[in-house]
Amino acid sequence: MRLSGRGVRCVRGGREVFSGLDFDASAGEALAVTGSNGSGKTSLLRLIAGLLTISGGSIGLEGGEAELTLPEQAHYLGHRDALKPALSVMENLAFWRDFLGGEASDVGTSLATVGLDHAVHLPAAYLSAGQRRRLSIARLLAVRRPVWLLDEPTNALDAAGQSMFAALMGDHLARGGLIVAATHAPLGITARELRIGGPA
Amino acid sequence: MNALAALIRRDIRIALRVGGGALIGVLFFLTVVVLMPFAVGPDLALLTRLGPAILWLGALLASLLTLDRLFMADHDDGSLDLIVMSQTPLELACATKALAHWLAAGLPLVLATPVLGLLLNLDALATSAVALTLLAGTPALTFTGMIGAALAVTLHRGGLLLAVLVLPLSIPVLIFGVAASQAAITGLSFGAPFSILCALSLISFVIGPFAAAASLRHGLD
Repeated sequence: MRLSGRGVRCVRGGREVFSGLDFDASAGEALAVTGSNGSGKTSLLRLIAGLLTISGGSIGLEGGEAELTLPEQAHYLGHRDALKPALSVMENLAFWRDFLGGEASDVGTSLATVGLDHAVHLPAAYLSAGQRRRLSIARLLAVRRPVWLLDEPTNALDAAGQSMFAALMGDHLARGGLIVAATHAPLGITARELRIGGPA
Repeated sequence: MNALAALIRRDIRIALRVGGGALIGVLFFLTVVVLMPFAVGPDLALLTRLGPAILWLGALLASLLTLDRLFMADHDDGSLDLIVMSQTPLELACATKALAHWLAAGLPLVLATPVLGLLLNLDALATSAVALTLLAGTPALTFTGMIGAALAVTLHRGGLLLAVLVLPLSIPVLIFGVAASQAAITGLSFGAPFSILCALSLISFVIGPFAAAASLRHGLD
């Protein structure tokens, strides 16, 4: 499996964010997207996720499931955590597992892995920022998808949470997964750097 | 199918919990209809004549009131991104969300109608005629309103715009809904306006999801 972009160009609100961007990542590889604020890290992830329309060049996934598109094989972990405050931790995760479908694993195990098993029936409204992030990460575990697109994944996580997530990313890569992460902080795994917008 | 069932369960659950807003519509409906006899005065004949129109107006405004949250909440917390990325076609997801919204916010209006009919001096026949037309017509209000709700997401802070966009689209539904109820009460042909009302609902089932999905896709950023 290989994710590649050729001459990718991104235009937001009439302004060119970046152009002529080439990148490659094969199975088991992580790509750390770096760059100053506003350089287009999030935009690149959203382009790969199919949430923005590409203005030039191409992005493709070779060797994935033939009948699925790239966004359907990707998990997107953005700034906004897609959690409903009125629903409990368990209900939030169970919904995404049922809705995203595919090869799903047990909700309880995923929650235990991210250290939220004590708060299963708590409404998500009462979670702290770090706990919300852990719950979003549990979504990546509850439904298996080969490509992880992570936007500042370690934000709000404590030291234990960061090392837990680094281990999870390591597992994902070992199973032939692929990670593209926009980040300022070190991820804790070996990742190739993809710099947008020249030296800061 | 599993995905759609999960979506409908989630949306209804959120709507019925505290702060979900499903009951705001019914409460608003109740307020409008209860206040009307005080405004019109104790003329029973007049109230009977106005009854179906008042109930329909109340239901129309009540369904508009809760509609702007249909996609806005999912957009604000990022759920919409994941829904767009999923294998479920966006059109089907939109239709499912609208159905869930109707079940949580539209159906209670229909169920409240018999009680409110008493306040407007409507007899059993008239009340059931209004309830039946509301049952056939409120889905059309939700499914056309969905187009406005999707546009409101893409044009930030478009809540006010929603009313301006959706009201003209709901005028035909209002006209034939009231016409059918009046026809049933006065003994005129009920079939013709009621058929047109059902047709309007069916058209909105087809156009609404496609228009809303197109609008959401176009407006992602």
